[in-house]
Parts: sequence; structure tokens; C-alpha cells
Amino acid sequence: MRRIISPIAPGVIRDLAVGDMVSLSGRIVTGRDRVHRYLASGGTPPIDLSGLVIYHCGPLVVEEGRHWKITAAGPTTSMREEPYEADVIERFRPGAIMGKGGMGENTLSALKDHGCVYLHVTGGAAQYIADRIVRVESVYLKDFGQPESMWVLTVQDLPALVTMDSHGGSLHGSIRRESLNRLNTLLDRRFDEGRRT
Amino acid sequence: MDGSRLQRSMYELIRRTCTEMPGDIIAALENACKEELPGSIAYETLNIIIKSISLSLENTLPVCQDTGALLAVIHSRPDEGFFLVEEAIVEAVRALTREGILRQNCVDPLTEKNTGDNTGDHVPQIHFEPAHGPTRVGIMLKGGGSENMSAQYSLPVTGISAGRDLDGVRRCILDAVHQAQGRGCAPGILGVCIGGDRASGYRLSKGQLFRNLQDLNPVPVLASLEETIVNQANELGIGPMGLGGKSTLLGCKICTAGRHPASYFVTVSYSCWATRRYQVELDEKGDIGRWI
Repeated sequence: MRRIISPIAPGVIRDLAVGDMVSLSGRIVTGRDRVHRYLASGGTPPIDLSGLVIYHCGPLVVEEGRHWKITAAGPTTSMREEPYEADVIERFRPGAIMGKGGMGENTLSALKDHGCVYLHVTGGAAQYIADRIVRVESVYLKDFGQPESMWVLTVQDLPALVTMDSHGGSLHGSIRRESLNRLNTLLDRRFDEGRRT
Repeated sequence: MDGSRLQRSMYELIRRTCTEMPGDIIAALENACKEELPGSIAYETLNIIIKSISLSLENTLPVCQDTGALLAVIHSRPDEGFFLVEEAIVEAVRALTREGILRQNCVDPLTEKNTGDNTGDHVPQIHFEPAHGPTRVGIMLKGGGSENMSAQYSLPVTGISAGRDLDGVRRCILDAVHQAQGRGCAPGILGVCIGGDRASGYRLSKGQLFRNLQDLNPVPVLASLEETIVNQANELGIGPMGLGGKSTLLGCKICTAGRHPASYFVTVSYSCWATRRYQVELDEKGDIGRWI
């Protein structure tokens, strides 16, 4: 397991490859559907995103004035940000995109062109991940609603898996292709009502 | 039934649904973990899932930050008790949202504003099923990511050679699992409806998700199809979270509905591993009589 600190240095990013387990610490920001639409349509990020991890997450937060407590914080499906992510990476140069389920070809190209990496965390593991969030620093874009605001968080030793790297590698792409081959084999069979297969 | 007792019961039902994974699903996840190679990505992913489930139970905190779109199904005699239960559910939803147990998950599509309390037009969704006997209430919290992976097929479907028979049904379901990859938080659970119309197909297929994973479909051919789907989907190699592995589905539950001669719908409600649902039977005072 390799330890990495956000904001992530460019040299570290290029050194990561699909299949690497990392342990992430440092400052990260959440951004999901509203934040991505906002940034891709010309919006200015409320903080400098360069080198930071953008986490596709709509956390559950208990708010008491200026005191916030994250009570659950697993990832959301990254693919919804596919239309925007390449643009966000090009303009704001984050160090990593973190979420679940992986992303498509446009994002993969942007990771390669601009030196960025996709980190995968386990969907639904909201308590396991919340346990690694040690501080809520601040929150921006609150108009977008609590789950869709930009939360600035400090994490400590959050385990993640590199599933798309800055050299064109994607675990999601290879699993999709391999599972399609297997699907085609299964479609060659027929369901026989009398017999269990 | 007494309004304040009912509200306490609905609060407890929704709180438990949100924070405690049902035993049948935990057992299925533990079995899935045993099937994977220790040290593999699939094994580690399932381990993290199982650890996270126990953390939520220990701390009475949500299993997943996406506490879903709440669906309530009330089986009861059609009398004024229904309105009391409905009111109790809405009040419990508001209270649990204030306490941070339910995430603010209702957005007005016109103003784009989050309503902040999980209520809005047709939200929460409450279905009423007239029934004899004691009132039963089922709650399901199904996440948006998995809901996005649900699909409806109108047979025949040429691309996958799905004709209007059970083999065509099998082809559609496997295609839906393949399309979803890991994005619905695999290993998933499927509720399927064969027949019906576009609306009833989704309602009935989602209802199948209330079934215990270990139950046996009383219709033998459906039991056989359910088993076939689980076995074959697990040959796809999609695995936990779509990162590869043997466990792609934990279960598949299928029902049928009469269809119009022109229509042959197969509706697949994809649900994540964190399928949260519980049902209770209420006593005449409105307290929880038993958990079903």
C-alpha cells in the first residue's frame, strides 16, 4: 500500500498504475452533479483545485452552526460526471478524481493529457470511509443543497484503488470487454424450463 | 390506532431500515466473500463492505450515505387508519432527516432546490394495498445509483435475440446486469417483473426486493429461472463494485403480471448490495407487533 498526500505532486501521479492500492491523506473536496455542471459551464471553483482530490460524494452531514459532523460519506456513481470531467481536469488540474464505478474514454484521455488519476473507493461503505474523515474544513456552494455542496475535508489513511491511470490504463475498460465476451457465450445457451443450470 | 404510537413505530421502522442491514443480505455477502480469493480486489472489497455494515450497526448510523428515495408499502383494511399511518411516515421522515439519519434526497426538478426535508410532490412515495388482517408496513430505502441501473425491455429485442419467451427474459436480465457493470454497487439484487405494463412492471419488480434472499419461489419455473440468472450472472466476472470477481449478483426474485397481447415487458429493478428493507406488523394501538 502506497501512501499519498493530497494535494498530490505531479511526479507521484505519473508513478501510479492500475491495480495500485493507495492510502490517501490530506485535503480533498467533494463535488458531484451540481458542482460539475457548475464548473463545466464556466463557474469559478471556490478554492484552488490544483493537485487536490475531487471526490464524487454526497455526504450526510449533521450541521450545528459552523460545526459539521460527517455521518456517512461513501462515493456516488462517477459515470454521471463523464460529460464534464475532462473539461474540469483540463481547466483546474486536480491531482485525482475519486468515486465509484469508473469513467469513460473522455476522462481517460484527460487523465493522460493532464496528469491525473482515478481512485476507486467501495460504494456503500459509508461508515468505513466516514471513519477516515478526520475534519470538515469548510463548505462552499451551499445553494446546491447539502449532498451537492462542495465540502472541504481532511482525510487520514483512506484506502483506495487506482483503476484508471495517467498512461491510458483502465481496469473498468478491461472488465467491460471481458464481461461482454462472457455475456455472448451465455447468450449462446438457452434456458431449458425443466432443467436448472 | 394512536397517532403518537404510530409515529414512534414508523420512526423505529425507518431508523432500523437505514442503519441495520437485513440478516439475509449480510449472510449472502459473507458467503460471497468466502468464494473470492483471499487478498484479491473482490475479497478486499467485500471485506470493507462487511466492516462498514458492522460500523453502522454499532454506531446507529446510516449503512450508506445515499439513504435513498423512501418507498413505503402499507397493507391494510381500507379505513381511516391508512391516513394515520401515512401521516406518521411523513413525520418520521422529517424527524430522521433533521437528525441526519436520512440524507436530504428530494430535489424539485423545476427550481433545482433541495426541499431539505425529504418531502415534495409524490415524495415520500407511499403505496396502499388493501388487505385483510392486521396492518403491515414495509419500508425500502433504495439508492439513486442503483435505481439508475434499472431497465425495462419491450420484447422482442433484436440486439440480444430476446424473443417472447423465458429464454428471451433471461437474455434481457443478463443484458441489464452487464450494462450496469459495477455502477449499481454490485453484488446486486434484482427484482424482476415479467408482463404487466410500463408502470406496474416497475412497481411489481421493486416489490420483489422485499423477498427474503433465501426464500424459494413457489412457481417452479420461476424458481429455476431465478437460480439460472444468479449462476449465469456470476459467470460474467463483473464482481464486487465491477472490479472483477465471482460475486456479481446476490439474488434474483421474479414475479409475473398479466400482459396485453401486444406487450411483453421485462422490467428489472436493480438494487445495490445495500438493499435496505424491513416490514412490520402493527397491533391495534399502532405499536410494532412483530418484525416480518
